[in-house]
Amino acid sequence: MKSSVIVFPGSNCDRDMDVALRKFGFKNQMVWHDEDSVPKSDLIVLPGGFSYGDYLRCGSIAAKSKIINSVIDFAKSGGLVLGICNGFQILTETGLLPGVLQQNKFLNFICKNVYIKINDNKNKFFKNIKKNILELHIANNEGNYYCSDDELKSIEENNQIAVTYCNKEGLENEDHNPNGAIKNIAGIFNKEKNILGMMPHPERMIDSYLSGEDGSLFFKNLLENFK
Amino acid sequence: MKIKVIITLKNGVLDPQGKAIQQTLNGMNYKNINEVRQGKFFDIEINETDENKAKSQIDEVCKKLLANLVIEDYKII
Repeated sequence: MKSSVIVFPGSNCDRDMDVALRKFGFKNQMVWHDEDSVPKSDLIVLPGGFSYGDYLRCGSIAAKSKIINSVIDFAKSGGLVLGICNGFQILTETGLLPGVLQQNKFLNFICKNVYIKINDNKNKFFKNIKKNILELHIANNEGNYYCSDDELKSIEENNQIAVTYCNKEGLENEDHNPNGAIKNIAGIFNKEKNILGMMPHPERMIDSYLSGEDGSLFFKNLLENFK
Repeated sequence: MKIKVIITLKNGVLDPQGKAIQQTLNGMNYKNINEVRQGKFFDIEINETDENKAKSQIDEVCKKLLANLVIEDYKII
């Protein structure tokens, strides 16, 4: 399975993502933002970081970069696109995913482990995954998911809420919402569920000695779902 | 009453953010956009009926907090 990680100036989780994808068997390539097109891939990943210094709004300039048209074409033709953290912000700025990531409710940069609940497993990202609550890491200043009431209604009707913040047992409430995101949303799909954007970093949880293994579960499962 | 304040970088002060926005616009084929300078806009509600008094107070606020006069200019509107 071939994957491509898009590298923007200011991306800083691109190499972690590369390590994670390779570890679980993807043939990964790094693609610079100034390229005209993404080489043939089964999966495109927009990594975390601070693309273009977070200028104007997080992800807004990456959403107009040279490479992004090729990513949008790939996504619209049904290709699998995964955006993590800044990648999620970029996906909302391109309009591929609804809503926006606002500044965290208490104005703090949050860097900690969180639990997330998988809300839909009838899609290529989470199908057959062995657990439905994962412990992953978040590190962001703008992770507070927001959308209009109409958009929220449509997201809920189409089952587009992918993952939500919760506690270890899966309880979702205000106490386990780190940043004020509406409905505890940590990640969403597009309607067709070939695009997933989420704030938590699975690539930071692929080694039990360093962090944890729930990211390993995610990547192993993702690869299996391609077979 | 409402007072509005615009804060901009002084001429000659480097604005990397404005530059990145300008280059992005050029990349989006708006080739005739030569320069973008980014600033800040403040909408301030002040409990004061005398416009002159209000504006002179906001002038003080700009100098003390909102603007850094080493690199920024402010305009009260």
